[in-house]
Amino acid sequence: MTTKYSEDHEYIRLEGTDGTVGISNFAQGQLGDIVFVELPAVGTTFKKGDEAAVVESVKAASEIYTPVSGTITAVNDALDGEPALVNADAEGAGWLFKLSVSDPSELDGLMDEKTYASHNE
Amino acid sequence: MTETTPEDLKYTPLHDLHVSLGGRMVGFGGYSLPVQYKGIVAEHTHTRESASLFDVSHMGQVTVDGPDHATTIAALETLMPGDLLSLDPGEMRYTVLLNEQGGIEDDLIVTRPAADQVPDGTMFIVVNAATKHHDLAVMEQALGDTLTFTLHDERALIAIQGPKAADVLGRHSDCVNKLIFMQATPTKIGGIDCHVSRSGYTGEDGFEISVANDDATKLAELLLAEPELEPAGLGARDSLRLEAGLCLYGHDMDARIDPVTAGLLFAIGKRRRTEGGFAGAEKVLKILGDGATQKRIGIVFDGRMPVREGAELVDQNGQTIGRITSGGFSPTLQAPIAMGYVPKPMAEIGASITAIVRGKPVSGTITKMPFVPQNYVRALS
Repeated sequence: MTTKYSEDHEYIRLEGTDGTVGISNFAQGQLGDIVFVELPAVGTTFKKGDEAAVVESVKAASEIYTPVSGTITAVNDALDGEPALVNADAEGAGWLFKLSVSDPSELDGLMDEKTYASHNE
Repeated sequence: MTETTPEDLKYTPLHDLHVSLGGRMVGFGGYSLPVQYKGIVAEHTHTRESASLFDVSHMGQVTVDGPDHATTIAALETLMPGDLLSLDPGEMRYTVLLNEQGGIEDDLIVTRPAADQVPDGTMFIVVNAATKHHDLAVMEQALGDTLTFTLHDERALIAIQGPKAADVLGRHSDCVNKLIFMQATPTKIGGIDCHVSRSGYTGEDGFEISVANDDATKLAELLLAEPELEPAGLGARDSLRLEAGLCLYGHDMDARIDPVTAGLLFAIGKRRRTEGGFAGAEKVLKILGDGATQKRIGIVFDGRMPVREGAELVDQNGQTIGRITSGGFSPTLQAPIAMGYVPKPMAEIGASITAIVRGKPVSGTITKMPFVPQNYVRALS
């Protein structure tokens, strides 16, 4: 299982070609109190960089782009009642959606955890 | 997602204190100010339950000097529809600076200094940060022959707001026992010369303290040493004022909107409604008599999705009828709240209304403001 990060602060955690996408712990800290999350419909196909979700903090709405191309297989329904899960556990229980990755070669363009950490310094 | 702080932003005298307290600094009204310390919701809730300290030094503190009280008041009343003549020493009034079309150039608070504090031709005005130089130019152009206007960049302004604010300040000054809402007095706090008013922008009881820049950090640290008081940033200030139904200049009203349409009737004195004699009076009084065609409304939306500034309001047929001027998530109500303008026939309290967010309709209910009850102290116990 590997986790990769995009320049826009999304992560994707991979098990084979199944990816779980969310915003990084760094990103949730920057956004502050998250009050609402808009998630895509299961079955929707996105290209890398498409807007797939919206995370709303008290301050502002932030578009979430899918870090790689794929089709949505599940969304985190728990966020409907408890959007603050993204603040509490962004890279765990606060995941946004799962997708089946259509072009694994796109993953090469993302950062590993170490590179991403230095990217935010 | 990271906020940048352009280098041409001005610092308030509390800048280093904000940074040392973990404030996340952003640009606002030309100043670098903290948007939050621990978090907007935590700071918001703390203000409603205890007390918070806000740095509002970016606002414009202006002294107006004229030959005598009557002359100063008569001159200011030509630009503002508030009843300034009825102000007793130590009283303050919220009003607006109007243009010849009756549009709001700014909203402001005029204070008549306490007796013997300053010469009797002097008045104090506090105006918005982004408009302070503009306001000064407008007032100087119209009244410069009679009055002198001085902007006090050498003074800071610190607000302490919340139900415990009087307890906190009361340990350092007896002024809390003398002031009710919208009154002001000079006092000493921890030996520091200050000018304190019982006023604010949160809907809670609280005080705004004007102090020399050189003493500002010492004063803030003295107050923050009190256990009830925590620092709060611009984010909480905005969500608090929205819950309190208070307008933000440049968003909820501007130079194209008159005070009647904006629902700021309390900014127009009763005497002034019959006498007129202020910029744009003919237009404003006509709208007052005929009724405004548009109205500023409050809305509570269903669900949890914030409906923000700029969102369109539509009727049942999807036709645009207005737009949101301020909106966000209310930590107190745990619901999205907003202000906006719609045609008056559609502005009835309790009526359903629809906004469009990212292409999708969101329904809400037109709600009387304030959204959260105000807790001003209007009588001394």
